[in-house]
Amino acid sequence: MIKIENLHKSFGSLDVLKGIDYEIREKEVVCVIGPSGSGKSTFLRCINLLEEATDGAIYIDGVKINDPNTDINKIRTEVGMVFQQFNLFPHMTVLENITMAPKLIRKMNKKDAENLAFELLQKVGLREKAYNYPQQLSGGQQQRVAIARALAMKPKVMLFDEPTSALDPEMVTEVLDVMKQLAVEGMTMVVVTHEMGFAREVADRVIFMDGGVIVEEGPPEQIFGNPKHERTKAFLSKVL
Amino acid sequence: MEILDFRWDIIWNYREYFIRGIWVTLILTICGFLGGFIFGVFLGLGKNSKRKWLYWPCKLYIDLFRGTPLLVQIFIIHLAVIPSIFGHSLGFMVSGIAALILNCAAYVAEIIRAGIQSIDKGQMEAARSLGLNHFQAMRKVILPQAFRRMIPPLGNEFITLLKDSSLVTVIAANDILYAAKVVSGTYFRFWEPYLAAAALYLILTFIVSKIVSFIEKRFSVEYNPRKDKKDEGRVAA
Repeated sequence: MIKIENLHKSFGSLDVLKGIDYEIREKEVVCVIGPSGSGKSTFLRCINLLEEATDGAIYIDGVKINDPNTDINKIRTEVGMVFQQFNLFPHMTVLENITMAPKLIRKMNKKDAENLAFELLQKVGLREKAYNYPQQLSGGQQQRVAIARALAMKPKVMLFDEPTSALDPEMVTEVLDVMKQLAVEGMTMVVVTHEMGFAREVADRVIFMDGGVIVEEGPPEQIFGNPKHERTKAFLSKVL
Repeated sequence: MEILDFRWDIIWNYREYFIRGIWVTLILTICGFLGGFIFGVFLGLGKNSKRKWLYWPCKLYIDLFRGTPLLVQIFIIHLAVIPSIFGHSLGFMVSGIAALILNCAAYVAEIIRAGIQSIDKGQMEAARSLGLNHFQAMRKVILPQAFRRMIPPLGNEFITLLKDSSLVTVIAANDILYAAKVVSGTYFRFWEPYLAAAALYLILTFIVSKIVSFIEKRFSVEYNPRKDKKDEGRVAA
């Protein structure tokens, strides 16, 4: 579904991604782990073109997305993104946050968009917060709204960039539970995370990145239970 | 004591000059601000642009008009620019408003630019990741937030302009300060006319600052009575 070939990304003289090859299949949950600065967030941001790849190719459903002739905005409607800092729109209510893009981009009418929003809010357990503003919500609640907002565009893939890293510990579970539910429902997901428990439990495959390359990848049992590479072992011994 | 011996009747005798002065000051300021605001929005967006050919002229303009005194700009426009273009003067009103627009635009541009830049870049990323293009993201997400932050500095700029409009008196505009000058010239008394002029400016700036703080409150995120009531029922459904 997503195919990445020889992906390179550099910021000036700093090479962040040094040739990534990977393929993500439909309905698969892939967790990306690794130390800070390993390029895992950049990797994720390249998939919805928040960063422009320096070299290489990314295909979604066979369409090369980092091609000058591709409609970036169209691609992005099919790739949902959830950010570490939530990035909800503070001047809009929860409901408006969710309905804005479907109304504007998908040309949904107000009623349909709101029905969809209520359905999604129900799913993330925040129906009663529809008319609140983001700053009236806890971090965990905000992140769940952000997930609902991304889902409202009915994306084919959901990307999560350290979705629980900015949360107080007691709020991590509520967000992870929503993500687990999504995984069960068959959403294709790429999750950059430091939550090893989540990766072990939910991921179909785990990627360990370091120094801008994929050092090791495989099913979670293999990565966590029997890592082959020294660097993977060293990293896991620190975080587990 | 001479100071205690105020003769407010001379102000009253010349009340028509002061009333006309208030109108002229208000017209100069309001026209200068509205024109400056519209022009300033384009300059500010231009200075925010990554395109060099758009950025540099805007930056040059802003630096030029912020780096030179308004008084000098008024003289250049009134005595040099307008006569060169039209062959003769078009009067203090045209020159005055032109100078205030051109000057105000440079300051408004900086307010616009700073307002847009103060919005966290995650907001743009979130909007773009939902499929909005740059223009839609600006219109729906960045500018509404930036505008709220621009209200207080724009209010300050309006008040500054109101006071600075008194400089136009040097090209014989019959504004508030001009009325004071006429009175002082007639009676050779200086306390009353200039204190009266100061008081009038003070009253005007006070009213403006009240209006600004009302607008500020009106546009704050919390103030939204319509939304809080509407459709509450659906939440429980």
